[in-house]
Amino acid sequence: MRYFINVTLSGLTEGMIYAAFALALVLIWRSTRIVNFAQGSMAAATTFIALALIQAGQSYWVALIVALISGFVLGAVVERVVIRPVEGGPELNAVIVALGLFVAIQAAIAIIFGSSFQSFPTPFGLEGFQVGDSRIALTPTSLYVIGAVLVVMALLVALFRFTRVGLAMRASAFGQEVARLLGVKVGRMLTLGWALAAVVGSLAGLLIAGGEFVYPAYMDSLIVFGFVAAILGGLDSPVGAIVGGLILGLALSYVSGYIERGSALVNVAALVILMVVLLVRPGGIFASSTARRA
Amino acid sequence: MSDLQSSAPAAGKADRAGKASEDAPTTATAAANAPSAPASGGRTFLPRSTLLRHLLLVALGAVAAVVLLEITDPFTNSQLATLSYYAIAAGGLTVLTGMNGQISLGHGALMAVGAYTTALFLSADEPLPLPLILLASMVVATAVGALVGVAAARLHGPYLAGATLALAVGLPGLAIYFNEWLGGDQGLRVRAPRAPEWFESFISTVSGNPATNTKWLAYVGAICLLLTYFLLANLVRSRIGRTWRAVRDQDVAAELAGINLGAWRVLAFVVSAAAAGLAGGVLALVVRLAAPSGFTLVLSLSLLTAIVIGGLGSLLGALLGSALLVFLPPFVTDLGAGWGLDNTEAAQLAPFVYGVVLILAMIFAPAGVVGTLRMRWLSSRAKRSAASSSRG
Repeated sequence: MRYFINVTLSGLTEGMIYAAFALALVLIWRSTRIVNFAQGSMAAATTFIALALIQAGQSYWVALIVALISGFVLGAVVERVVIRPVEGGPELNAVIVALGLFVAIQAAIAIIFGSSFQSFPTPFGLEGFQVGDSRIALTPTSLYVIGAVLVVMALLVALFRFTRVGLAMRASAFGQEVARLLGVKVGRMLTLGWALAAVVGSLAGLLIAGGEFVYPAYMDSLIVFGFVAAILGGLDSPVGAIVGGLILGLALSYVSGYIERGSALVNVAALVILMVVLLVRPGGIFASSTARRA
Repeated sequence: MSDLQSSAPAAGKADRAGKASEDAPTTATAAANAPSAPASGGRTFLPRSTLLRHLLLVALGAVAAVVLLEITDPFTNSQLATLSYYAIAAGGLTVLTGMNGQISLGHGALMAVGAYTTALFLSADEPLPLPLILLASMVVATAVGALVGVAAARLHGPYLAGATLALAVGLPGLAIYFNEWLGGDQGLRVRAPRAPEWFESFISTVSGNPATNTKWLAYVGAICLLLTYFLLANLVRSRIGRTWRAVRDQDVAAELAGINLGAWRVLAFVVSAAAAGLAGGVLALVVRLAAPSGFTLVLSLSLLTAIVIGGLGSLLGALLGSALLVFLPPFVTDLGAGWGLDNTEAAQLAPFVYGVVLILAMIFAPAGVVGTLRMRWLSSRAKRSAASSSRG
C-alpha cells in the first residue's frame, strides 16, 4: 500500500510536468494549428542558459527568470522568422519546419554547451517527507514542481479570462478574419501566443531538469510524453492537456513501478497509450471539436 | 467531408491546406505530379515503354555502380555502402511522403527492426543464405509497418508525425527490455557473411582489385539499392502510384471514385516499411552492429532531410539527398575543426546543417532540388511551346 502511494505521488509530480509541456503544445496548436515539435529543443536551450548562469555563480532564481525571459524571446523570434512563412500553408511543410528547428536547436546546444551529461541543481531537497515512521515519495522539490505549474496555469487562466490581450488572443485563435476586421493585430497575437507557450515549455524543461542530469537530447522523450498528454486531452483543450498529463504521468509511473525493469518500457508504454487513444477515441478524452479525419 | 467539420475559418484553412481541396496541388508535391520527362513526349533517346526504360536505367546504374566502386579507395567503398542503405530507406520514405502525403518520423525504428532481424538470423550456427535473410528482414519490418500503417491511415499531418515520433523514441526501448535476446544497450554484433568465390573471380576479371569483405558488402548494398529503386519506380508509374497520388491530392474525389482511402494508405506504409526493413538489414551488414544507439530520432529525421532536400516524391531526389547525408558530415566536420571546434562539437555541425537546410528548403524551395529543377524545365518548355505555337 505504501509502495502504491509512493508510485502514485511520483506519477502525479511527473504528470504535472507533462501537463505543463502539453499545455505549451496546446497553446500553439489553438492559435496556429501547428504542433511545435521544436518545443523540447527550445526548452532544452533555455535550460542550458540557466545552467550556464548557475555555473557562473548566479542563484537558481535569477537563472530561472533569465531562462523564462529567454524562452519568451526565443518563442517570439521563432514564430516571426521561421514559422510565419509556413503558417496556413500545407500542414506537412509546417511539420517539417518544426522538425528542422528541433534538430538545429539541439545541435546548436551541443555545439555551444557541449554534449556531456551535466547535473542540474534544484533549490529544494530531494529527500521525502517523514510521515509517521516512514518517508514518502513526496519531496520538497516535487511540491515546488506542482506549485510552480499550478501558479503558471493560474496566471494563464487569468490572462485569457480577465485581460484585453487575452481576449484578443482568444479571438485571433478562434476566428482570424473576424478578429482582424475588428481591429485585433492577429500577427502580433500569434507571436505572443508562441512566446507564452515557449515560456511554459521552458518552465517544464527547467522543472524536469531539477536534480537530474541534462544533455542536449534530454527533452526527446518529454516531447513525446507532452504530445501524448495533449492528444489524450484532444489537443484543443487546455484543461484536457492538464488532465491528460496527469493521467499519463500516473500510467507511466505504474508501468515503471510495477513491471520488472519497467523503466525501459516507459517510452513503449507511451507509444501504446497513444496508439490506443488515437484508434479508439481520436478526438481525445475531452474532445471539444468533432473527430478529426484523415 | 473535411469541409464540414471545420468550424472556425482558421481551423478549416489549416485542416484542408495539406490536401489542397481548393487550391492547386500543394507546391511541395506539385513537382511529383509532373509526368516523367520521357513519357511526356518530345525528343528522347529512352524507350517509350516504362518497363524497358526502367530496365535500361537499372543497367546503366549497375555499370555506374561497378565503375564507381572499382575506381575509388576502400574508405569511399564503405561510404558508398552507407549511401546504399540510406538511399533504400529514403526511397521508401519518399514514396510514402511524396506520393501518398503521409509523413513518418518512425522509419529509423523500422530500420532497427530490419537490422535486428538480420543480426538474429546471422547469429545462427548455420545461417541462411544472405538474400533469404534480407528478405526475412523485409517481411518482419513489413509486418510491423502494417501494424503502424493501420493506425497511421486514420491520421494526418501533425498527428501522424507525433505518432511516428513516439514509435521512433519508443521502439528501441524494447531492445533494452529484452536484453538477453536483443543484447540491451550493447546491441548485437553482426557476423557479416564472407564474399562468395564467384565474386572474387568477378572482381579480378573486372579490375584486379582485391575482393575484400568491405567491397563485397558495398556490392550487396548496391544490388539491393538498384532492385529497390527498380521496383519502386515501376510501382510509382503504375495504377497503384496513380491511386496514391489521387489519395494524396484529392481525397474526397478519390473516395467518390470508389477508392478505399484507408487501404491505400496502409499499402503505402507497408511498401515503405519493406524498404526500411531492407535498409536496416544492409545497415546491420555494413555497420556490423545492431544497437539502440544506432537508431536514434536523428536517424529518422536525417531520412526526412534527405527526401525533403532532394524533392518529395522523387527517387532521384532521395538518392541525391542520401548522398548529402553521407558526404556532407565529413565535409562540415573538417570545416568545424578548421574553426577551432573540438571533435564532438564539430560532429554536431552536420545535424545543425540538416536542421537549417530543412527550414530553408521548406521556406524557399519546398519542391526540393529535383522538383525545383523539374518545374523550371517544364515552365521554360511551356513558354517555348507557347511562343512557337503563337508564331505558327
